[in-house]
Parts: sequence; C-alpha cells; structure tokens
Amino acid sequence: MRTLIAIIREVANLFVDDGSLAFAILAVAAIAVFLAIMLKASALAVGFVLLGGCAAVLIENVIRTVRRN
Amino acid sequence: MVSWVTAAPAITSAFLASLVEVVEAFTIVLAVSTIRGYRPAILGSLAGLVLLGLMVVVLGPMLNRVPLNLLQIVIGVLLLLFGMRWLRTAILRAAGIIPLRDEQLKFDQATANLKDARAHESRLDWLAGITAFKAVVIEGLEVVFIVIAIGAGPGLLLPASLGALAAFVLVLFAGIAVRRPLARVPENTLKFGVGLMLTAFGVFWTGEGLGVNWPGSDLAILGFVIVFLLIAVGLVAFARRLVPEIAK
Repeated sequence: MRTLIAIIREVANLFVDDGSLAFAILAVAAIAVFLAIMLKASALAVGFVLLGGCAAVLIENVIRTVRRN
Repeated sequence: MVSWVTAAPAITSAFLASLVEVVEAFTIVLAVSTIRGYRPAILGSLAGLVLLGLMVVVLGPMLNRVPLNLLQIVIGVLLLLFGMRWLRTAILRAAGIIPLRDEQLKFDQATANLKDARAHESRLDWLAGITAFKAVVIEGLEVVFIVIAIGAGPGLLLPASLGALAAFVLVLFAGIAVRRPLARVPENTLKFGVGLMLTAFGVFWTGEGLGVNWPGSDLAILGFVIVFLLIAVGLVAFARRLVPEIAK
C-alpha cells in the first residue's frame, strides 16, 4: 500500500511541484479556452495569450523564487 | 509519411527526456543489484516493465476514443505543467538557487536504505525487488507520459517511441559497461533542453486544440523553443546577478 501511495504521489509530482506555477499555467490555459470557445476570439489572439501568458508565468515565478531566496 | 522536420523534434525530445528518467531508474536498480545481487534487481525491474506495458496496452486504445481537439488541449496543458516545471527547476539549478541532482548521492542513499534493512535479512530480497520495481514504474510512467504527449500529433507516436527506446538501450548498455551510477550525464543541461521542448510542444498542442493555425505550422515549435530559450537564459543571468553569493 505504501508503494502504491508513493507511486501515486510521484505521478502527481510529475505535474505539480510549485503549486503557484501549476495554478498560473492552468489559469492561462483557462483564459485561452474562454477566449476561443466563449468569446470566439481570433486564433491569433488565442495563440498570443497562450504563448505570452506562459512566458509571463515562467518569468514571474522564477523572479519571485529568486527574490524569496 | 511524417517528414523529418516534424519527426526530428519528437525523436529528440522523447530521447532526451527519457534519458533523464532512465538514468534515474538505473541508479536505483544498480544500487539494488550492488547490495542484493542481480536477481531481485532484474525481477523487480521486469515486474515494473510488465506493469507499464499493461497500462499502455489497456489505456492506449482509450485515447483513440477521445475527440482529437480535446486530447490536444488536455495533453498540451499537461505538457505545459510538466515542461515548465522542468524548465523552472533547470533555470534555478543553473543559477545556483537550488542544488544540482547528484546521481552518486541518490545511489548512496538507496544503498544505505537497503543496508539498514539488513536487520530483517529474510525480507531483504523482497524489499530490494520492490525498490527496483518502484523506481522502474515511477520513472517509466514519466517516459510513457512523455511518449504519449509528444506523440499526440498525427504519425508522431512511432518517432517518439523510437526516441524513448533509444534512450533505454543507450543507458542499459552504458550502465552495464561502467557498472556505476551514470553521474557524468549532464542531467540539468538535459532537463533544461527537454523543459524547453516540452513547453514548446505544450503551447503548440494547446493552441492546435483551440483551433490556432500557428504560422509555419510545425516549424512554430522551433520558434517557441527559441522564445523560451531566450527567456530562460535571461532568467539565469538575472538570477545569478541578483544572488551572486549563491551562484558562487
């Protein structure tokens, strides 16, 4: 049972290490989905939000982590 | 027929990402075989590989039933979570904010854990086998996810699988040849490169799933890699300048 729990925990850790990073990525993806499906925004705008959002999330997270240390 | 322009990034990403995971699994399996001999190490590893094979056989066909757009979005987001986590860790390690992973240290820890268990000699083979099994399943699951995610595009599953298989064979032969933890594999450099590629694939697939026709089609992936590479290199330089004493 402990082995199974360890495996499940490791699988979860595959995607989530820093919770705020995972949350921010999901938020960017949710905004992109909202723009594409609900607002029928142009493909260019959706692409820009995805690429720009992910880049911004990475930059913010690393800078915050560095400052914290 | 998939062109090389499309297949090459898939093969390279799957190969490099799998290399990192297989090296990690190999370190533990080697520790098991060093302490308790080849039998529990091989049996535990084989059991892990059988379980992984079963999961692929059972779950693989289910993916065909999911609508392509939804599959691309889900896999794209998972790739973003996975790839950006690796990229963030690699940036922080390259900047000296968090320590590098040490395969020799991991080997020593696994060896010490098994030595501690010698008080219960009769259970040691079982424990050693379970340790090898767990390492193969955990790292193998990551390889399976990487192959499925990178191979999510039309005709890309085979190139991605070949990349992962090549990594497995390379580590196996290198490991058998040196019989030591593969500590000289530049793990963080690999993680940096793979994090870049997985993040680029993640943006690409999520966008494709949402109906974005990226300029240059598949070549856009290369463009995303360059964008994130520039950002990552800039962040490493920024972090080193901000915390120079840690970087030293």
